[in-house]
Amino acid sequence: MTAPAPGPIVEVRGASFAYGARNALEDVSFTARAGEFVGLLGPNGAGKSTLARLVAGLAAPSSGTVRLAGLDPHAAPRREVARVCALVPQEPHVGWPFTVREAVMMGRTPRQGLLAVATRLDHGAVQGALEACDLVHLASRRLDALSGGERRRVFFARALAQEARVLLLDEPTAFLDLGHQVAVMRMAQLAARGGLCVVAVLHDLNLAAAACDRLVVLSGGRVVAEGRPADVLTDARVSEVWGVPVWRGENGATGKPIVLPKV
Amino acid sequence: MTVSPAARLALALAAGVVAVALAVALSCALGAQPISISAALAGRDPDAAILLGLRLPRAVLAALVGCALAAAGTALQALLRNPLAEPFVLGVSGGAALGGSIVLVAAAGLAHVAGGAGEALAAAPPVAAGAVLGALASTALVFGLGRVAGRLVPEAALLVGIVFNAFVAGVITLIKLLVPPEQASRLMYWLVGAVGYETSGTLAVGAVLIALSVGALVALSARLNVLTLGDEEAASLGVDVKRARAAVFFAASAATGAAVALAGMVGFVGLIVPHLVRRVVGPDHRLLVPASALFGAAFLVLADALARLAFLPLGTEPPVGAVTAFLGGPFFLWLLRRTERPSEAA
Repeated sequence: MTAPAPGPIVEVRGASFAYGARNALEDVSFTARAGEFVGLLGPNGAGKSTLARLVAGLAAPSSGTVRLAGLDPHAAPRREVARVCALVPQEPHVGWPFTVREAVMMGRTPRQGLLAVATRLDHGAVQGALEACDLVHLASRRLDALSGGERRRVFFARALAQEARVLLLDEPTAFLDLGHQVAVMRMAQLAARGGLCVVAVLHDLNLAAAACDRLVVLSGGRVVAEGRPADVLTDARVSEVWGVPVWRGENGATGKPIVLPKV
Repeated sequence: MTVSPAARLALALAAGVVAVALAVALSCALGAQPISISAALAGRDPDAAILLGLRLPRAVLAALVGCALAAAGTALQALLRNPLAEPFVLGVSGGAALGGSIVLVAAAGLAHVAGGAGEALAAAPPVAAGAVLGALASTALVFGLGRVAGRLVPEAALLVGIVFNAFVAGVITLIKLLVPPEQASRLMYWLVGAVGYETSGTLAVGAVLIALSVGALVALSARLNVLTLGDEEAASLGVDVKRARAAVFFAASAATGAAVALAGMVGFVGLIVPHLVRRVVGPDHRLLVPASALFGAAFLVLADALARLAFLPLGTEPPVGAVTAFLGGPFFLWLLRRTERPSEAA
């Protein structure tokens, strides 16, 4: 484990963003450090994915600033941004039927020349990412022959192979069964323990509470709570933000909160 | 399989070069007039005149056109993330034809007023320039109008291309009606997709343009791999998507424009060849683009030989565009039926 860098790597200060007339984000601030796993929570339309897009530099805030290791991710050259921040998109596009190894190798794009000739360093990074995501036995399979969960691991591995300092995950567990959800969260946790700054948009409160070091709760485009899972996920707050009454308990073994909706 | 990428590339290129050489040799050996190759190579006429003056230039022309169209088709498929994309289907060839036609008609008009200037305009470089500009404009149109809420929708772009093709056909019909009959028949013979006997000057202009644009597509082939993932993913992998896409647009349009300037509208080469090559070499564009370019060259040389030979008993010769359309139309429909996702057909 690397020692966490002193300052935050991800710095969002007073960021706002509007789609047309609708404000998706208003005056949002949050930071994330190396070695930290931060979960972005909130109901649908709260602005979580928009915030992830701002951090990735795919959109620019209408006011406020976003910095990745001091870099403005929207204005800086894409290649430089991609060396700092790797993104696992919400619905990874399975287009051409590349093999798993070829797909993971594309994570090396920001470190390769125009023709993307792989060096020994590239092969090493790809092999490491395949091992970390338990994909070695699938390395020569075609993407279109994989299950949804396996595919998600491939895109995770591609982001690891990118060897960026920030790992940004947009709903990494969406559409996955329980086993794959846990596998993905564990990979994210391991990445953070390995010194990466991991920021994930999440929907499952219990998975987030169990795996993340810190949670940021968004509602209506604003940050309404931030801190340790046990402090953030109070029953009053969850009921208010998500609009449903909940039972709030605690995992006796870990002390992490458990939230159950009253159906 | 543990063949290294470099070895696979070498293998694919070697196979492609052999295919082109065989196709050119076959096309040169066969024809209405039986010739003795040894006599031709010894420089004895009429064999030498037929081989070096007629058949070889024609085979080279077909090879250039096939190479350009197959490479452009491969690139457009990656850009549109759809295996049905192709210069002809997308209306890029149509745009090039319109651009070239306008230059030719303007040349005819100018010839009335100032003869020399009109002839100069009807020469290869201006017509090729018109075709390249027309191809660029139609590519911009198809990819511009194929967007819904800022996102490229492949089906929408294909529809725009098809509608644009119908529009171009109408405009060209109009042009044919307006120009003198001999001009119209010349235009028709060019547009129908015939690999004829071009002057060496025309051939040289086309060869340079095609070498440059196909070379650019090969240089961009790793970018094409990343672009198939989608705009935001490509951007998050460090690719300047707008710039990369503009470069591919430009090179694919230039290749198509040059091919149309040389041979008119030869359809479906850019559909059939990349698809078959992809099935053998896989989806990596660093192999796919050069291999498609070579096999596209071989394919069109053979298609042209077929066009010359198949109708020999009838004493006629259909343009090679008719042969490729005859093969390509059903192929397109077959591909459409089995394409639910690009990955399935690719």
